[in-house]
Amino acid sequence: MPHTLPETELHNPQSTKPPLDPHLKALENEAIHIFREVAAEFERPVMLYSIGKDSSVLLHLARKAFYPGRVPFPLLHVDTGWKFREMIAFRDEIVRKYDLDLIAHTNPRGAAENITPFTHGSALYTDIMKTEALRQALDAGQYDAAFGGARRDEEASRAKERIYSFRTPDHRWDPRNQRPELWNVYNGMIRKGESVRAFPLSNWTEVDIWRYIQAEEIPIVPLYFAKKRPVVERDGMMILAEDRRLELLPGEVKREEVIRFRTLGCFPLTGAIRSNATTLDDIIAELETATVSERQGRAIDRDQAGSMEKKKREGYF
Amino acid sequence: MTAPAAAGAALDQTIVSLPVQETARVVRDTRPLRLITCGSVDDGKSTLIGRLLWDTKAVKEDQAASLQRDSSGKQNDLGLPDFALLLDGLQAEREQGITIDVAYRYFATDKRSFIVADTPGHEQYTRNMATGASTADLAVLLVDARVGLLEQTRRHATIATLMGIRQFVLAVNKIDLTNYDRARFDQISHEFRELALSLGVRQVTAIPVSALRGENVVYDGRASMPWYDGPTLIEVLELATTRSAQTVGFRLPVQRVSRPGESFRGYQGTVAGGAVKPGDSVVILPSGMVANVTKIVTFDLVRNAAVAGDAITLVLDRQVDVSRGDVIASIDSQPMTGLAFDAQLVALQPEGIQPGKRYWLKSGSRRQRVQVQPVSQLELKSGKWNHADELPMNAIGKVHLAFDEQAIFDTYEQNRTTGAFILIDPDTNNTVAGGMITAKRAALGGIHTEERRVILSLPADLADQLMATELFASRREDVEVRRVSAGKAVGIIDSIDG
Ligand SMILES: Nc1nc2c(ncn2[C@@H]2O[C@H](COP(=O)(O)OP(=O)(O)OP(=O)(O)O)[C@@H](O)[C@H]2O)c(=O)[nH]1
Ligand SMILES: [Mg+2]
Repeated sequence: MPHTLPETELHNPQSTKPPLDPHLKALENEAIHIFREVAAEFERPVMLYSIGKDSSVLLHLARKAFYPGRVPFPLLHVDTGWKFREMIAFRDEIVRKYDLDLIAHTNPRGAAENITPFTHGSALYTDIMKTEALRQALDAGQYDAAFGGARRDEEASRAKERIYSFRTPDHRWDPRNQRPELWNVYNGMIRKGESVRAFPLSNWTEVDIWRYIQAEEIPIVPLYFAKKRPVVERDGMMILAEDRRLELLPGEVKREEVIRFRTLGCFPLTGAIRSNATTLDDIIAELETATVSERQGRAIDRDQAGSMEKKKREGYF
Repeated sequence: MTAPAAAGAALDQTIVSLPVQETARVVRDTRPLRLITCGSVDDGKSTLIGRLLWDTKAVKEDQAASLQRDSSGKQNDLGLPDFALLLDGLQAEREQGITIDVAYRYFATDKRSFIVADTPGHEQYTRNMATGASTADLAVLLVDARVGLLEQTRRHATIATLMGIRQFVLAVNKIDLTNYDRARFDQISHEFRELALSLGVRQVTAIPVSALRGENVVYDGRASMPWYDGPTLIEVLELATTRSAQTVGFRLPVQRVSRPGESFRGYQGTVAGGAVKPGDSVVILPSGMVANVTKIVTFDLVRNAAVAGDAITLVLDRQVDVSRGDVIASIDSQPMTGLAFDAQLVALQPEGIQPGKRYWLKSGSRRQRVQVQPVSQLELKSGKWNHADELPMNAIGKVHLAFDEQAIFDTYEQNRTTGAFILIDPDTNNTVAGGMITAKRAALGGIHTEERRVILSLPADLADQLMATELFASRREDVEVRRVSAGKAVGIIDSIDG
């Protein structure tokens, strides 16, 4: 639905924010450039929206890139059914508030075969409920380009990935044979059935993300801020114990702790950290002295060496 | 570590002194420095960057633990971890112990932040080196102290220079394996300076380095090399300059037209040079229509100016036909438009560049058909341009570009965005070359292409004017100008057309 914009509304009155520092500004410009390029070159783009901090930044940049128009593509959320409750509530609120088109997809095999992270192990579960589900949703929508919020500083195989990451019709990534990508001239030429994953946040680091969230006042899921929450210790991780489906194993005890999350995924596979960071300033200060990387809290990345590359080759983001 | 002032003084000793062209920036630049490592296979590029990350504390505890775990079995005699594994993240790379594709990493010191692209040395993967070089401000060129300069070293230095890199650090690596031989270091530095000079590079700092042991990387190597009193690698990097967008006039390659409703029509893109403000007169290319800027719209506010690098939405004062691929430019400093251009390029794929083949050319947001005619190829050893009809993979060549429709360019020297392009093979959709525009070719009669030279027959006054330009001076080898009378020039044209 095209909306008419009275001339006067073009000036955004809330903008009393100080200007961005040149570093964040440059990252923002680059991301907006990528958004516009993909939207212009591909027929059916979609944006992967995982509800986490990176997705929140990605969405904010998409809104900026197409302003004063609407975001010209839908958001796709691959819902495993095991996300934190607060994530789903946040997602629905954002979609309403910003007038977005959301597609939520859950692999029907999950329900039919009752696949859970507890019964099938994290590797198989991720394979079916995330990778396979993503492939199903992308095929169903016949999307030829999918935006993702991955950053090169997250993991060693991501550090190798192009901004336009080419995928075969069965969604495979061939890391040994990526297209050269010079300057900011992106090659968006593909054949029918092939697709491109586009990563506007490639050059952002974790600290950049947080500083940008702060500077731009971007809403994020409250689980990123420290609060007293029920947890249980499992496989060396503290996991949130508020969902009825989490059954305590012998010897496990539920206790209350002041914790927060550095990354958000499926609650049974995401470890909390002890922290008193209740504001963005606290989080940034904590990060600057952090001695472990953000992915340490994720069970799926620890399954085996090179596990991310393997998942990516198979079509995972 | 040495204090910055002392490092600056030390720097002077190792820089090839040539007339300084740019005045040093006094203001602290908060933009990150973008650098690449390059050089031949196994010279220690990944190890050097791994060391840099390690010594600047960019490696977190869990990453250090997996490094220790992954290093076991491949540990070197010194019992140090295999730092290259911090970069070589693909399974195939770990199995073969080589780098295949560029890895981008981010780190910072107290003084500035860095984006480093660790590129592969293997000739087969030159395309990935070019990918890294295209956006870099500075190149760290590695040489194995025991081996010296190789053809691949020359290739990388040449590609880096072609792509506009003007600051080089020569890291003479594995110096520990030469017993810290000063004469060897001096000899290699000397050889490289000759090469750099022939490439027109003014800034070279040579450093003897042991990437593995971390000597002269972040910490100095005085204990092993008392004879070296120059800066460490990190000191040079902290003082290097980021390239400011060289600019001609205002350029906005249009990415898309925004029409959210009847009352709004804006042209979206990233400013590729110069600046713009409401009230400016602009020309839309290739149509040549003229309009005035009424507004610069961004999400946050209606701005009163935009500069190179800004992603904006431009609103004009009248209904003009503007579409994706057009360039909106300042009216008094316009880019070149035409059907024929000269360029230099690097061939990136096994099929090379075939004569007369029609490729897709993409530059900015503009994609069009082009016929590519190779003219000459650079011989790396001698630095000579030899006649060539086609360009094999990894070749650096000069080509003629011929378009069906108007093309819009600046020279790469003047604008790194509107002067750069990629070639896409329509059969494979793969990117087969990265290119840089050197000049527009006059598509006039009176031009005879002989072996390697173009002969221009021009009226005497025009010929004199042309020969006085700087551009001509730099390309004397390509062109021969013959002075003729205007009447005779007409005669030549007639004889060609007729
Ligand atoms: N003794 C010694 N060995 C080194 C040094 N630097 C690197 N090496 C060793 O040289 C070998 C190759 O190092 P890499 O860092 O993988 O070389 P590279 O230049 O990245 O290789 P490609 O990326 O494949 O071109 C490894 O075994 C390193 O441990 C050094 O300063 N001293
Ligand atoms: Mg390497």
